[in-house]
Amino acid sequence: MTAPRDALISAIDLHKAFGPTPALDGASLEIAAGEVVAIMGPSGSGKSTLLHCIAGITTPDSGRIVYRGRELSGMSDATRSALRRGEFGFVFQFGQLVPELSCLENVALPLRLDGHKRREAERRAASWLDRLEVGDVAHKRPGEISGGQGQRVAVARALVTAPRVVFADEPTGALDSLNGERVMKLLTEAARDTGAAVVLVTHEARVAAYSDREVVVRDGRTREVELMNR
Amino acid sequence: MAIGETFLGLLESRPRHGYDLKRAYDERFGQGRALAYGQVYATLSRLLKSGLIEVHGIEPGGGPERKRYAITDAGVTDVQRWLTQPEKPDLYLQNTLYSKVVLALLTGRPAADILDTQRAEHLRLMRELTRRKSTGDFPDQLICDYALFHLEADLRWLELTAARLDQLAKEVSA
Ligand SMILES: Nc1ncnc2c1ncn2[C@@H]1O[C@H](COP(=O)(O)OP(=O)(O)OP(=O)(O)O)[C@@H](O)[C@H]1O
Ligand SMILES: [Mg+2]
Repeated sequence: MTAPRDALISAIDLHKAFGPTPALDGASLEIAAGEVVAIMGPSGSGKSTLLHCIAGITTPDSGRIVYRGRELSGMSDATRSALRRGEFGFVFQFGQLVPELSCLENVALPLRLDGHKRREAERRAASWLDRLEVGDVAHKRPGEISGGQGQRVAVARALVTAPRVVFADEPTGALDSLNGERVMKLLTEAARDTGAAVVLVTHEARVAAYSDREVVVRDGRTREVELMNR
Repeated sequence: MAIGETFLGLLESRPRHGYDLKRAYDERFGQGRALAYGQVYATLSRLLKSGLIEVHGIEPGGGPERKRYAITDAGVTDVQRWLTQPEKPDLYLQNTLYSKVVLALLTGRPAADILDTQRAEHLRLMRELTRRKSTGDFPDQLICDYALFHLEADLRWLELTAARLDQLAKEVSA
């Protein structure tokens, strides 16, 4: 396997078991700055576990994860969560927006947690909502908008802090084809413009087609089909 | 593609010269492959002979490209029949890929690798179409989507077969 030049994230030989079930059984992966990588594979193969490990949400039983030259396992919990807040963005299958807050407040939230003033945070949040074509739902609550709108708000929230990496686990899983593709197009375009890398878990080939390359996970192992000479 | 019926449909919208007809066809349906003039005039003379079109006026100067063609009532009936009749769904039973997988299993080669290689190739093409979709106009997007959904169907089969290779190996060696 040829490593992409200057890997942003390297995951090497990860193992993780939940009780007797191995979820990861020797998974390796490298992500370069700014690239969009799709993680594909059958249900239960370990895609989400792999994503959670490289995003520092789950700790693997063994193996190394290096982010910008620093080992995740060597960091304190506080450092790791500061890293997640400052450099990573997340989008999940069901938006996971805070139901009590308006969409605008949801998108502004990561900036507020980072200590930005309310006015400045909401100004930036509003411009991201516009960019994702959901400026009109800014003052609605998540319960009052459609699933497709909710996912766009979630993408805006993931991008508002200008993260280096966006982790997305089945971000279009609950949407129909048309809305799913719209979300993918907006997500990948925004990521390319801001230089963010995207790690995208999906089992849908049409969604994976928005990536630069794919990594296939089977039985907790990665099978990266290299197409370097094309 | 049914060139004759497509010509009839284009002529039903308005009478056209042969050259105009070819250009309209190439632009809308050609997919980068222009019709040859020989093909255009052979099709027109077949439609004329069957009474589905007629010459609607010849401009002075002569030569075949000066003729204007119009659809006849019989032609309109033909277009109507063609448009309303369902197409026979294509059945790609026993495709090459299936044969490759079975032969790999029979000869003790790694069948999973064949499926993986194919999956990568399919995805490569899907990426290309997805890129083209983002820059193309709306009709182009629809054409790309058609291809993308078909490729996706292939990939689902690949995925399902990959998950059942052990079972297939048993059947094949039995
Ligand atoms: N928190 C957990 N506790 C116990 N088992 C778990 C947990 N998370 C995952 N697993 C198990 O680990 C394996 C891999 O799960 P994972 O969620 O990574 O799969 P996946 O590829 O994301 O599947 P899907 O496509 O269905 O989302 C499965 O067998 C699953 O049951
Ligand atoms: Mg999952």
